[in-house]
Amino acid sequence: MTPQNKLLKKECLPTFVETLVKGGKLLYAPTKENERIEFKLIENFSEIYLDYIQTTKSIKSIVFPPIEKLFEYVADKEHVEIKDVNLNTIPETIVFGAHPCDAASFKVLNAVFTWDCNDEFFLTRKDKTTVIGLSCKNHDDYCFCTSVDLNPGSTEGSDILLTRIENDNYLAEIMTEKGEAVYKLVKNLFEPAPQVDKNAFVTQLPKLFDLNDLRGKLSFEGLSWMQQSLRCLSCGTCAYVCPTCSCFDIQDIGNQTKGKRVRIWDTCALPQFTLHTSGHNPRHFQNERWRQRIMHKFSYEPERLHVYGCVGCGRCSRACPVNINILENLIEISGGNK
Amino acid sequence: MDRVKQKARDLLDSNKVQVVIGYEEGTDGTARPVFIMDSKNIDKLIFNDRCYHNLAVYLTKVEVEKIGRVAVEASLNTLKGIVKLASEGQFVFEDIDILGVNRNGELYEFASLDEVIDYIDQHPVEYSPEEISLLRKIESMTREERWEYWQEEFSRCIRCYACRAACPNCYCDACIVDINQPQWISPTPDALGNLEWHIIRAMHLAGRCVNCGACAKACPVDIPLNILNLKLAEEISKNFGISEEFLLTNYPLAIYDPNDKENFIK
Amino acid sequence: MRNDNIYKPCLMRIEKVTDEAPDVKTFRLKFIDDVQARNFDFKAGQFGEYSVMGEGESTFCIASPPTRKGYIECTFRKTGRVTSALANKEEGEIIGFRGPYGNRFPIEEWKGKNLLFVAGGIALPPMRCVIWNCLDLREDYKDITIVYGAKTVDDLIYKNELEEWNERPDVTLVTTVDPGGETPAWKGQIGFVPTILEKMELKAENTIAVVCGPPIMIKFTFPVLVKAEFKEADIFTTLENRMKCGFGKCGRCNVGSVYVCKDGPVFTYAQLKKLPAEY
Ligand SMILES: Cc1cc2nc3c(=O)[nH]c(=O)nc-3n(C[C@H](O)[C@H](O)[C@H](O)COP(=O)(O)OP(=O)(O)OC[C@H]3O[C@@H](n4cnc5c(N)ncnc54)[C@H](O)[C@@H]3O)c2cc1C
Ligand code: SF4
Ligand code: SF4
Ligand code: FES
Repeated sequence: MTPQNKLLKKECLPTFVETLVKGGKLLYAPTKENERIEFKLIENFSEIYLDYIQTTKSIKSIVFPPIEKLFEYVADKEHVEIKDVNLNTIPETIVFGAHPCDAASFKVLNAVFTWDCNDEFFLTRKDKTTVIGLSCKNHDDYCFCTSVDLNPGSTEGSDILLTRIENDNYLAEIMTEKGEAVYKLVKNLFEPAPQVDKNAFVTQLPKLFDLNDLRGKLSFEGLSWMQQSLRCLSCGTCAYVCPTCSCFDIQDIGNQTKGKRVRIWDTCALPQFTLHTSGHNPRHFQNERWRQRIMHKFSYEPERLHVYGCVGCGRCSRACPVNINILENLIEISGGNK
Repeated sequence: MDRVKQKARDLLDSNKVQVVIGYEEGTDGTARPVFIMDSKNIDKLIFNDRCYHNLAVYLTKVEVEKIGRVAVEASLNTLKGIVKLASEGQFVFEDIDILGVNRNGELYEFASLDEVIDYIDQHPVEYSPEEISLLRKIESMTREERWEYWQEEFSRCIRCYACRAACPNCYCDACIVDINQPQWISPTPDALGNLEWHIIRAMHLAGRCVNCGACAKACPVDIPLNILNLKLAEEISKNFGISEEFLLTNYPLAIYDPNDKENFIK
Repeated sequence: MRNDNIYKPCLMRIEKVTDEAPDVKTFRLKFIDDVQARNFDFKAGQFGEYSVMGEGESTFCIASPPTRKGYIECTFRKTGRVTSALANKEEGEIIGFRGPYGNRFPIEEWKGKNLLFVAGGIALPPMRCVIWNCLDLREDYKDITIVYGAKTVDDLIYKNELEEWNERPDVTLVTTVDPGGETPAWKGQIGFVPTILEKMELKAENTIAVVCGPPIMIKFTFPVLVKAEFKEADIFTTLENRMKCGFGKCGRCNVGSVYVCKDGPVFTYAQLKKLPAEY
């Protein structure tokens, strides 16, 4: 469909959100509580906090939950019954107020979960999720979306993108059929869009390195992976807050007669990730695991899936307990933006 | 600081140590750990109130062992970590060098582990007023409220194990949550799994924790893990009649004393 | 209802259990569901995820050849939690299986060539699948030579089949055990596989070599073959990296940008040389 632009007056925003909530879909939006900014399930507009730069956790858990039931089973020696998860019970969901980096992350996840065979858990959740994005008014020193082919006003991944323009009204770019379906529910709240230069209303974030330079310089052997990562404590924070990290583990919960098989988040930063039961570990040292993180996102994923595994949200750097700043390292490797 | 840098430089230049672990300016106004292997980078070293990381955590890492002998720029918390690790046999105290200055501004000169313990004794732990007030607040809750409070806090846990990774005393190669034969505790980030993890983490540190707060500071979702540790430290001091100093070098839950007041042990 | 659950295993009944060596067993498995049985197809070299409900999944190659229809076999060593649970299963019990996954040995391209199989220890299963596959299509291939070694006589697996191959006039079988691993009755060779191989008169001309074994054996076997003038692209092996999904999603089996579960587990020595040391 052809995208269309509309105007949403700021006084209409609460009605817009609350109509959607009443419409029966789950609505997640950023909230602020004790200085913690998180996406939460919302019932009233007043719970929402839109003046944020970044949440700690990303929105990936909506389409790729930290724990996903794959099936249940009951078994005895000679019978095993596997009970499927009814994917129809996955709720229709709206993510409201996600920044463009988060919205763009679904494309990366999609590339992994549809590589050769389709992961219906992810796909169903993604299909049932509508993203109402929000362009960024501010950024901080950790943000670098402009260096990874995105920008603070990019529509990639948003079904509707809102941008706060004059008088705190919102420009609504309706990008997809899912966006249009939402628009149709609350059509009367919208007005024709004025002619605006959207770019003037989003934060200006300079590009800090060049992706092609970076890819050209990345090498398995040649780089100072060890110097970059000695400080690393080998925890999994960076991957768990990252919107595009999608690695997982499969575990059984229960016993041999009754239980479920689940998929849970996992991370290449932990040595157990690749540890063979024999004790052999192809990535025994942290510098090997750090290399995997960077190479996977900036070399292997582009090569194999034609997407970069990073949207420049900076969450990993903000969350890192020892200030391993991915941007600092990417600039160092690529030689910066000359 | 200049004298600390000079000593670090001398140690590296004379090849007495292969790496100096200290603090440098981070990218966001915080201080962060740094590894210096070439003395020309010594000027990166800083030391101030922002240097909160417990650097003792690095002393048991395979990556660090591989480099060679270590000199560590030690805060009081790091010193406590070193004492704990040395007393648990994780390394020989004489195998590391300690850099820093005492409160009188003199370079650290520790001839033995006992001297470090003496030094620490002169600087007893001071819990921050925030820590104490949160602990008292939780203590004053009813049982149900307390349960509710911790359930709520633990529900945010994503099982990233940053708390474990930042803690100098969590050095096991195979942590109990990673062992699957048998699977003692569930690796899943759900209510039960998280509860099990937090009980196990706190219990394994009971009486061993040096109260540096590294775990809570590392937690990306601000779970006040230090309060659990603090409560357990208080309980252990109270129930075992053991002073702070003793907690550091001994593990009251793992020693045998014929005069123990409990009967089952005899 | 949309429900192609790629994580859902097929149920298979254990038809037969064979004790191969201490802690090593072979299961013969049959699909319980007829449709699944009919639709199932695989190629030599592929693997699957075998599971015990409540314990988890474990990766093994399919050890029987695709030419034998109606069942599959796997041979595994009891090492961890899942394999211990599997080892406790008896005939008639049910386990889960998903697969086949991965690439395969290009045996059609080997038609008209000599085949040299070199295996060590428990790594015979993937090889057994190709060996039988080729033996079942015997006229397609010229000389077939099998060199197989284990630590001790006890550790040799597929003992009945070794005997069968030994007696076949159209197969040359060389078995060996590590020094000290022999019994008084042992008639085979004594020595490490690469050493034995070096002593043999290998002809590289028009010959494909397949090597499976522990990393140390592979490391010393490749140079012997290269010295004997085998082309690097004619030497095949399989890689093992820890796996969970088997289809390129869980993210742990990669060696550089190559995913062992999708691009492997079968690689030529030429391919392997280009990969970073991450296995
Ligand atoms: C392509 C391929 C083919 C294989 N074929 C065989 C075979 O035919 N016979 C055989 O005995 N073994 C085979 N293995 C190795 C076998 O998968 C592991 O030895 C076994 O999974 C470990 O035992 P466990 O599952 O009981 O360990 P647990 O500790 O219970 O499980 C740990 C998890 O790690 C994974 N894992 C641990 N070690 C390995 C490893 N070395 N390789 C792959 N995954 C691992 C398992 O999938 C499991 O999910 C193969 C591995 C691969 C990758
Ligand atoms: S790697 Fe870091 S900056 Fe990039 S998307 Fe993930 S969390 Fe954001
Ligand atoms: S650091 Fe926080 S989120 Fe991570 S495992 Fe520990 S308590 Fe959970
Ligand atoms: S086994 Fe999951 S990606 Fe290869």
